[in-house]
Amino acid sequence: MSASADAGPALVAGTVAEAVRAEFPELALLSVTVPARTGRSTRDVRRQLRLLSDRFRGAQAITMRQDPVPWAYRVFFRHLGLDPDVQRTPIEALALERLVHGGLRSRGLLDDALAIALFETGVPLWALDAATVDGGLGIRPAVAGERLGRAPGAPPLAPGCLVVADGRSPLAVLCGALAPGHGVTPASREMALFTVRVAGVTAIHVEEAFWRCLEVLGTR
Amino acid sequence: MTPVLEEQRALTVPTAPHTGVAVDERAARRTLRAQVAHLERELAEGFVAAFPRVGLDWSVPAPGGPRLLELGELERLRDDLAQQVARARRALAARAAEEAQRRVLLERMLLEPRRHKWVRVTRAELGEPGCGAWHVRPRLGLIGMLMGWWQVKLSSGCPLARGSRPSATPPRAR
Repeated sequence: MSASADAGPALVAGTVAEAVRAEFPELALLSVTVPARTGRSTRDVRRQLRLLSDRFRGAQAITMRQDPVPWAYRVFFRHLGLDPDVQRTPIEALALERLVHGGLRSRGLLDDALAIALFETGVPLWALDAATVDGGLGIRPAVAGERLGRAPGAPPLAPGCLVVADGRSPLAVLCGALAPGHGVTPASREMALFTVRVAGVTAIHVEEAFWRCLEVLGTR
Repeated sequence: MTPVLEEQRALTVPTAPHTGVAVDERAARRTLRAQVAHLERELAEGFVAAFPRVGLDWSVPAPGGPRLLELGELERLRDDLAQQVARARRALAARAAEEAQRRVLLERMLLEPRRHKWVRVTRAELGEPGCGAWHVRPRLGLIGMLMGWWQVKLSSGCPLARGSRPSATPPRAR
């Protein structure tokens, strides 16, 4: 995605703490800020979701972990100390949901756009309310006493837990939950879409995920 | 004396001065991560190859995260993955051997049903999906049993989880 008006908004590379970059040189955080889109999905988006769901078979769910991008996220989960069979990678969690419920259920325009981009590329995207993001996003280990987000009653984080943070506090656990109070709501004017690129995932996959998500949202 | 002294000097292994500085373990961690990735690939291949067999264990305990793992944790993770890959391969090989035996049995059942009375082979025992089973049964029930008319019957698939269809009329309230 380039900075030209035709190609849509430009991707911004976030910072990666030196200690993290030393261990994962290919790790990158990429984000883009676009007008917020919430509410129900259009009929066309729901149709796209249904088509994707119908094209997905159980065999694909089984072999998915051998595909390059899902495999790269599985490996990254292992490297982070997570068991991808317990804490599923985003694409495997979505595939499991598809199998359990017999389809991908529409959950609103933003969630559907994120799901379509994830399902087509294997690259997970997350969305934050841009008004609650102070400064650029980056990946770093949490320090002692930090909490996930700035909302009252925000859950505490273990020191060393890898997080996506802005200039003030952690906003999401890396490849995990978003901080309460920082998600996109109907009141949001702009949203920050971000992804975590790991070793083995090419730039084109990441760009495709953003491109697809923005296309579904109609912000492209 | 001189040559001996020179020889002793030559054999002396220089030792690094003890400075108290920790050895950079980054390269070791990088190697371990590459090994973990390789083993994860092998585990995924085994998982796919094993389908649709059930009951095989593919889980590998994780130290918990997301965080930067220490060298020792990565070593344990690597070892656990390697053990699980080896265990899964052994289990898969044993299962394949059992399946081969059941296939031979099924062929014999089909050739000579009379010599395999009441023997039953399920699809699962052959490593196949579905709930069907080959069963040697007498033709025409009791008559066939008395006459020695035996045949292999293939049962149909899995029973429906919730019956054929929901009831058209709601149950009458009591």
